[in-house]
Amino acid sequence: MAEAATEVLRLQGIRKSYNEGTPVEAEVLHGIDLRLAHGEFVALIGPSGSGKSTLLHIIGLLERPSRGTIHIDGREIGQLEETELTELRGRYLGFVFQFHHLLPEFTALENVMMPTLIGRGHYDQAMRQRARWLLGRVGLANALDKKPSALSGGMQQRVAIARALAMNPPLVLADEPTGNLDTHSADDILQLLRDFNRDEGTAFLIVTHDPGLAGRCDRRIELVDGQVVGQGTTTP
Amino acid sequence: MPFELILALRFLRAGHAQTALIIAGTTVGVAVIIFITALINGLQDSLAARTLSTQAHITLRAPDDAPSPVLARAGRALAAHVEARVQRLRAIDQWQRVFRELPAQPHVVATSAMTTGSGFASRGSASKAIAIVGVEPERYARIVPIPDKLVAGRFRIGPGEAAIGTELAKDLGATLGDRIRVHSSEDRDDVFLVTGLFDLGVKDLNRRWVIMPLRSAQSLLDLPGGVTHIDITVDDIFVAEQVAQRLAAQTGLTAESWMAINTQLLTAFKNQTMTTRTVRVFLILIVALGIASVLVVSVVQKQREIGILRAIGASRPRIMRVFLIQGGVVGAAGALLGSALAALMVYGASFALRQEDGSPLLTGQIDLSYYLSAAAVAVLTGLFAALAPARSAAKLDPVEAIRYG
Repeated sequence: MAEAATEVLRLQGIRKSYNEGTPVEAEVLHGIDLRLAHGEFVALIGPSGSGKSTLLHIIGLLERPSRGTIHIDGREIGQLEETELTELRGRYLGFVFQFHHLLPEFTALENVMMPTLIGRGHYDQAMRQRARWLLGRVGLANALDKKPSALSGGMQQRVAIARALAMNPPLVLADEPTGNLDTHSADDILQLLRDFNRDEGTAFLIVTHDPGLAGRCDRRIELVDGQVVGQGTTTP
Repeated sequence: MPFELILALRFLRAGHAQTALIIAGTTVGVAVIIFITALINGLQDSLAARTLSTQAHITLRAPDDAPSPVLARAGRALAAHVEARVQRLRAIDQWQRVFRELPAQPHVVATSAMTTGSGFASRGSASKAIAIVGVEPERYARIVPIPDKLVAGRFRIGPGEAAIGTELAKDLGATLGDRIRVHSSEDRDDVFLVTGLFDLGVKDLNRRWVIMPLRSAQSLLDLPGGVTHIDITVDDIFVAEQVAQRLAAQTGLTAESWMAINTQLLTAFKNQTMTTRTVRVFLILIVALGIASVLVVSVVQKQREIGILRAIGASRPRIMRVFLIQGGVVGAAGALLGSALAALMVYGASFALRQEDGSPLLTGQIDLSYYLSAAAVAVLTGLFAALAPARSAAKLDPVEAIRYG
């Protein structure tokens, strides 16, 4: 139980195969063991095809592993029903995607409120306040009512970060959050993530190709051919 | 407002032309359904009203005389050929008792006793075959609205007075205030002062009917105190046959409804109703396909957004509801606008579509039930049409949607 209090994520023996039971069965993850403490800021690196995205989807409860166990914030996921997984995902996990993936029909403020709206079923004042505060923190206090199409790539990614933090989840999963941005914007985004990590105590697991970004994380998990080959702390 | 409704409305709003077109399609569908129903019903009502303007909804009369059977042992026929009996003029047995009890029967709103038979009307050298129609004018006016059909005089006929059709007046060269002699088939005659001229819209009736007080007809036809028919008006013309059958069973009299007499008209009504129904079914189908196709496209277009929503905590049933609501909203909007359009169309048609006599085919009023049933059908069609797209949206794998989005 002591572990549950300190660990936000624990993976044990995670394996993932596609086309199971067929002649073309392919195992892409070969027994991953991984632990993430609360408030950690970790990079997940590896070459293309190493299984990073699959692992991220499994951690994000978007895909089920073929074998192995997952604990999120001390809670074993095991055989939870799909609706329970969906609810858990909304409450415990935040997502930042490479292509920001905002809803184009909604304003920046509404996009940030969306996870809370899904959770509570209707708009309320508290979620509006939190969304305003988050957008203020990412430097978009003046763009609350703008639709994504009226924002630059960097600004959209800031909205996506604010959205990931709307429910104040203990863990945020980011898939190449700076992959689509220029160096300057990428620096800003990373700094933002670090700020939230420091101030809110949110743990981050960031999938990246960018060695520079990985170098600025507390720890680096390297995945090659579906296996963790290194979990070293980065040297500042 | 709940999450699903917020999302559904926003998706529809973002659909701009797509949404506008499908709502327009649903609107036209609903309007045509209401309009065509109103038109056909108006047509049927007007035809029925015209048919019933000269006849009772139900007529009771004494049962026909049947040939008496020759007594024989069971199963053994004695006669190879049975001739039908001659039908003599007969009064209804104890008609007052039946007449008294009729108003208490369900659906019956008016009754009138009548004594009728054949005869001749003459004036000078002219003589014409006629139908003697003896009635109590006030009561009979509630069966056939004679006062509305008067072209001259009045329908207050006292003893020795009669109202005749315009054709008969022409044939006899008679007009208001003239006297005509009526000679009955029972070889009795009497003289009547013409106090009213009517036009029933049917030449044959205008040529033959001589309407006189009940007592005069009873005396002419040698049926003192007797009546040959009892006419009945019911509250809903389409239950006439059902009421007639019940009355026949209860009274032992022969009961004929207007529906039994005008079977061809009724068949035409049924065919019209069936045609309307077929048109309605196809319209609903077209509307459903329209809504479904737009939503299918919408699901494909919104794949990425659906993936995101699933990733950030929206369950499959909630995504399904978002699309079902869109179908329902399109149906409801179509119902609302379609009802307004139908009201306009019916209003316009009440001026444009006229019958031969110049009266409007449609009154410009539509029964509220048409609107309500069309609205219910539109919303249900919308929901039903959205079912397949909603299910495919709910089935979307968020990983695929995000990866390729």
